[in-house]
Amino acid sequence: MSALLEAREATKVFGGGLFDKRVTVALDDFSFAIESAPPRVTAIVGESGSGKTTLARLLLGLITPTSGQILYEGHDLQKLAGHDRRTFLRDVQMIFQDPYEVYNPFYRVDHVLETPITEFKLAASPAARRALINESLRAVGLRPEETLGRYPHQLSGGQRQRIMVARAVLMRPRLIIADEPVSMVDASLRATILDSLRQLNQQYGMSIVYITHDLTTAFQISDDIIVLYRGAVAEAGEVDLVVRHPRHPYTQLLIKSVPEPNPEHAWGSVEIRPEAADLEDGAAQVEVSGPVGLLPTGVAASVAAKAHGGHLLTGCTFADRCPYVMPMCHESPPPLFRIDPGRAATCFLYRDRPALASEELNQVMAAERGATAR
Amino acid sequence: MAVDILQVEDLRVWYQTPRGPVKAVDGVSFGVLPDERLGLVGESGSGKSTIALALMRLIRPPGTIKGGRVRLDGVDLLEVSEEHMRRLRLATIALVAQGAMNSLNPVVRVREQIVDAMRDHDERLSKQAASARVASLLDQVGLRAEVAERFPHELSGGMKQRVCIAIAICLRPKVILADEPTSALDVVVQRQVMETLRRVQEQLGASVVLVGHDMGLMAQFVHRLGVMYAGRLVEVSPVRDIFSEPLHPYTQLLIASLPSLEEKGKFQGIAGLPPSLLDRPTGCSFHPRCPFAMPRCSVEDPRLQEARPGRWVACHLYDAATTEANGAKAASTGANIEVA
Repeated sequence: MSALLEAREATKVFGGGLFDKRVTVALDDFSFAIESAPPRVTAIVGESGSGKTTLARLLLGLITPTSGQILYEGHDLQKLAGHDRRTFLRDVQMIFQDPYEVYNPFYRVDHVLETPITEFKLAASPAARRALINESLRAVGLRPEETLGRYPHQLSGGQRQRIMVARAVLMRPRLIIADEPVSMVDASLRATILDSLRQLNQQYGMSIVYITHDLTTAFQISDDIIVLYRGAVAEAGEVDLVVRHPRHPYTQLLIKSVPEPNPEHAWGSVEIRPEAADLEDGAAQVEVSGPVGLLPTGVAASVAAKAHGGHLLTGCTFADRCPYVMPMCHESPPPLFRIDPGRAATCFLYRDRPALASEELNQVMAAERGATAR
Repeated sequence: MAVDILQVEDLRVWYQTPRGPVKAVDGVSFGVLPDERLGLVGESGSGKSTIALALMRLIRPPGTIKGGRVRLDGVDLLEVSEEHMRRLRLATIALVAQGAMNSLNPVVRVREQIVDAMRDHDERLSKQAASARVASLLDQVGLRAEVAERFPHELSGGMKQRVCIAIAICLRPKVILADEPTSALDVVVQRQVMETLRRVQEQLGASVVLVGHDMGLMAQFVHRLGVMYAGRLVEVSPVRDIFSEPLHPYTQLLIASLPSLEEKGKFQGIAGLPPSLLDRPTGCSFHPRCPFAMPRCSVEDPRLQEARPGRWVACHLYDAATTEANGAKAASTGANIEVA
């Protein structure tokens, strides 16, 4: 059976041009499948330039991969048309970061809830439509009588974001992709929104991809986690393993840097090579070499990627900051090494463990292993 | 007993709107000791950034400072002339603003931006002295000397924020205000920048007032923490006490709402919404959301009082404790507290 939504060896580069061979590699040879059963919450965690938002946009079909494919139930997203495309648009819903920008200020908030109902003919009568809206609002902890009929500016950021979650619920999707849904919401409301996402997963059986820079909330609500660093997977697997006992040097650095809300637990000591202290943020850049000539950058990059076994990157993206760097780290990108049954890391420190091809990432995810066990 | 370097008393800042005044800061008092790092934490609209701007006297219309006193090293900042205040800024009190890294001039080299700041206060500064000073400032914030010759767009976010810290400390101020100084940075870089700020603060012997919403950052950085709600301070205590035993119900719920990397599933939101500052509830602003609200909470405004030694809270639950311990004198300011 094909997965609900799958990225297969997806690479996305930006930039470059006729004479400029330097491209930004936003995502490099990334493979990952999202199953709809059992419904899982998967966190994709990364900092700026890690490729997490590029991944979200690829999965939604908003941009096309430079090489590789995005498949919806086994069909290439780019070739979906007609009925299949409508099913996709209903099955996969998005929650964006900014609850201020998605609203049209001239319409009451009812509008964002009514439009999908009309568009997808979800209700047969006005009464049914009303009932559906009310149920969705209650599912995210809003009282319909206090919410409907208002204009966006009359609601707080947290309320607006919850309406976006309600809109996603209304469609009864099989998958919700939430890109930083709480990063602009205050702490006291953050918990409520995350809780309603978790409810959707448990009560309505929706799978959720939670994209964030915040390890703490990822740890709290997800089953599996994928840590991205500059376009490549650093570490992936069951969230408890990865967060409590990180093995990749980048994940270790990331977790030690999180300011814990506990004065008794001071920031752990972090090893950063002094000359690497200023190397920070931003996506990886590479020069596309070989017979590039006048080919458009995208084509050139995909030709180059094929020549390098799918990869555009020439070494580990963390090598220049890594305290344990070895010569081999600069020579080729490390594959996924399966450190535990439920976790893999792309780091040569673990080269004595079995290597996985990038499309085998799912083997370490709890969902995959749970399904095979049954 | 050490004497506060900065003393804020009954500060009030209003923004005039067509629907009436928004009381963004409504009677806030606190003090900061020399060498101390004080945090002001609150959610959006709680008034924390307005306090930082008011201390710099940078409130612009429709905002106005309606009242209060801000004594810095014996001078009342709200009383001095505009020219006097201009000289005090940077020299005595400096601000690292939210997104300060975007305040750097994109077409001017880092060196000139730092020298400009110093020249503004000392016109006779020689070229040589300025150069030496720039190099030592960059070194203090952990940047290499050649960064002086770069333009801001050639620097990463963390490096730009370090340049802003270098500018803020170039005249050795006594108080550094930092308003969400790392809100746009990744956690690894955030940590490095906060450690830099801590190091320069300790070297200078300055005080820091850190304004922000991130309780984790506060826990890691400050000695003492003030919690803001709807334009007022509801609790001021040593940071360890606040996290181990929060007194105000809002602080208790706020801390319970924080997710942790240690335990799973133990965080909850606070029901309800912060009040509109145009139409504040009578009595305690938190009473509509408070699980312990009593009849008097909707009628009588609680004042910040010392409920335990060194621990100040504005809540009627602690009225009895305060009366016993301190009598009536306690409530005058929430400020002159020795840090443990």
